[in-house]
Formats: sequence, structure tokens, C-alpha cells
Amino acid sequence: MAIAVSEEVYDGRRAWALHPQVSLRPESFGALAYHFGTRRLSFLKSPELRAVVERLAETGCGDEALVEVGVPEAEWPRYHQALATLARTGMIVRRDPS
Amino acid sequence: MTAVVGRLADRFEQGLDAPICLTWELTYACNLACTHCLSSSGRRDPRELTTNECIALIDEFERMQIFYVNIGGGEPTIRADFWDLLDYATSHHVGVKFSTNGSRITPDRARQLAANDYLDIQISLDGATAEVNDAVRGNGSFDAAIKAMERLADAGMSGFKISVVATRHNVGQLDRFATLADRYGAQLRLTRLRPSGRGADVWDDLHPTSVQQRQIYDWLVDHGDQVLTGDSFFHLAGYGESLPGLNLCGAGRVVCLIDPVGDVYACPFAIHDEFLAGNVRSDEGFAGVWRTSSLFSSLREPQSAGACASCGHFDACRGGCMAAKFFTGLPLDGPDPECVLGHGETALAQRDGVVLPKPAVDHSRQPIALRTRRPDRSCDESPLAGFTPAP
Repeated sequence: MAIAVSEEVYDGRRAWALHPQVSLRPESFGALAYHFGTRRLSFLKSPELRAVVERLAETGCGDEALVEVGVPEAEWPRYHQALATLARTGMIVRRDPS
Repeated sequence: MTAVVGRLADRFEQGLDAPICLTWELTYACNLACTHCLSSSGRRDPRELTTNECIALIDEFERMQIFYVNIGGGEPTIRADFWDLLDYATSHHVGVKFSTNGSRITPDRARQLAANDYLDIQISLDGATAEVNDAVRGNGSFDAAIKAMERLADAGMSGFKISVVATRHNVGQLDRFATLADRYGAQLRLTRLRPSGRGADVWDDLHPTSVQQRQIYDWLVDHGDQVLTGDSFFHLAGYGESLPGLNLCGAGRVVCLIDPVGDVYACPFAIHDEFLAGNVRSDEGFAGVWRTSSLFSSLREPQSAGACASCGHFDACRGGCMAAKFFTGLPLDGPDPECVLGHGETALAQRDGVVLPKPAVDHSRQPIALRTRRPDRSCDESPLAGFTPAP
């Protein structure tokens, strides 16, 4: 790939945001996410996951986004897993909380 | 994240609000005359979209959030406004991957291209040696492609693509293509030969034999994600495990083609009235054609498995490629001509008196006609009579 991504381990207690080079396109099944740097296309498989990802930049930490979207705690592990994949592939990145 | 695709493939079959991947042939003009050209390119079409129309279309792509377009032709760099359109698209959140034969990639262009992060380039090469390549793409085309790759690599552009159409004569060179890609820091892209455009005329001689099909499949399984295929070998999924990709025919569902005059076809390999959905110059624009054309609506309906219904592999190969069937005169609800179980070969042998469909448009350059002139005297029959060559 043309541009290396900084692969990060996801931690829901930290602040995250969509990578500035990633575009999110809402779809009935969730969303398509495209990274212009790595040219990687990913699928967000539910509208809820899309809502979480959209909210990441405005919440203090990843788990706060889960709360705001109303994801039941029993389902958090599934979301953590999906977010971890997005972090590993550079789709979402760590940011300083503000 | 191909692992999550499984169930999503069903959603894709019903179509999306905008294509995931769009091919836009910018011009039918080409300085080469490849024997298998899928768009029968050569001469420029006088009705070609103007610069302003192209810009308006890019604006529409941006509104539809089409992340990137595959620009091809013809040879797209022949258009005088090509480089400007490239800059316009990439500065409006529309990434561009363009295919070129490389002949117009100067060192300056290479540096300019390398500096643009939203850009990807595919250099077409159909042989790992000049002999094999030039037999299909024309004399000198191998050297021109290699020179372009050298220039891109020298300019620091890494990860560009070497785009190879698999033919009977180059399947034995797959490892050499991979070596070539490594040498220039490029990535190999291997796609299927379709009997589309002029490809219909040479398909019988060029398409891989059944033994070679298996060879392609095994090689792709071995090389996994390292080699791109544009999802073009899903008809081989019947051999066993699926190759990386969505493994479905995306025509009118997640892909389509916009041709140089703005006609929208279901896929790049189906330039025929049967697969024409509309034109971007219509009032509804491209988005309207994509969302409401009756052709695309019907392609998004569940498709009949037809003669393949009883085959245990149908779920894997989905009956193969619509365009490959159509242009070889096979029914669309039957086996692919290159069906791994050999049903395609049987069907081809049973074609009786089928007239093969011709592409909707043909911009091939005609062989240069002899200049005819009136003989100097009525008995002078030689066309060269009275002709004195210039010194």
C-alpha cells in the first residue's frame, strides 16, 4: 500500500476519531467506509455501529459513544471487536480528548 | 475486512444507492489497437463528454459519495483535459484509479502523479515478455509500459498496479509478472479475458484452456490478497474455496460503466443495447439512471439459476459472468462459457446457428485504405502507376 497506517490497539476508555482520510457513506445495512490513504474499503455492518463511529469524535471516549447510541452493555464486546478491527486497519485513530 | 462480507453479499445483490466502484471510460481514442480491446477503442467519438460535462459528473460523484472511479478508455491520457480532470476529481473527494498503456507517462508526469495521494495507476501489460505482450497489444507496447513503470518507480510512486488480462499465452508467466511487479514496487492485478468488444473476435484463441483455468485458480489461492483481481474470477469458485472479494456479479448492483458519450451500461464488459441503462446527459442525470433505470432494477431482482439450478456449485459461482455468456451467445440463465465443470464448453458446442451479438459501438480504426486515384490512362491498372515516391 502506498501509505502506511499506524496500527493501534483499541481501548474503549480512550478518545478516538475517524481517520481524516476516511469517508463514511451511509447505507441501509450500516455504512461503507473508504480510506483514501490505504485505499481500503470496509463495511460497517449495522446502522448502530455507524452511529457509534460517527459519534467518536465528539465523545470523551469510545465507550461513551456506545452509551450515547444506547448499545446494551451485553453487546459491548461485539462492538469492541468491530472497533478494534477499524483501529487495526487505521480507519479510526486515537486523538487527544478535548 | 472481507471476513464480514458473507451476509452482506445478499444486500449488494439488491443494489446500493450509489455504486461502490464505477468505471468511467473517458475516451474511445487510443494510440494502440489491442486485439482484445473490450471497448473496441481506436477513434475518438465526436459526441464525447465535454470538459464541463465531465466536471459536472465529478460533482455528482462527490454528492453520491462515490469514493473512487476507475478511469479508462481508450487511452484516457490522450484527452487534453485529462490531467485537469484528475486534479479536479481528487480535490473533490473522488479518488481516481486510471488505466493507461504508459506511453504518455513522462518523467515530469510521473513526479506529478507520485505527489497525489488520491491517485492510483494501472499500467496495462498482457505479457511478461515483449513477445507475448506485443502480439496482443502491438509492437513497442511492452517497452513503453516498462519505461512508464521505471519512471513511476523513480518518481517514488509505490504500489501502482500492473494490470494483466489472463490469456492462453501468458498464464505460464504468472510468476514472472509477480517478479516484475516486485522489481518496480508495484502490485499485480490479474483479470479475466472477456469476449467483449474486439475481445469477441479473439476469445476462441486467447481464452485460457480448462487446464490453465485451474492453474490460475491455484495460483490465486496461493497468492491471496497480494494479487488484485477486481473480483473477476468468481466463476472459478466452483473449484473449492472462494477467492478474495465479494464473489458476485456486481453489474448494475455495485458497479457500472459510463462510456465516453455518457451512456451508462451495467458493467464495463457489456457495451451493448441490452445492458444500456440510460445516459448521464438525460434530465435525471447519472444518479437518476443508477437509482431508477428499469434495467438496473431488474438486475437487482433475484436472478434465475436456470440450467444451473440443479448444480451443487451454483451458490459458489452464481452462474458466472453475464457478459461472457451474452457475447458467446449463451443464455444468461445457464453456465458460464468457462464453467469449471465443463458445462460451458458443452453449451458452446451445442450452439446452433446462433448469431453472436455485436457491441453497440465500434471505434476501431479501420485498416488504412489505399489512396485511390484515377489512373493516368485508362489502361493503367496499377494503383501506383504514375506515382513517384518523395525523395
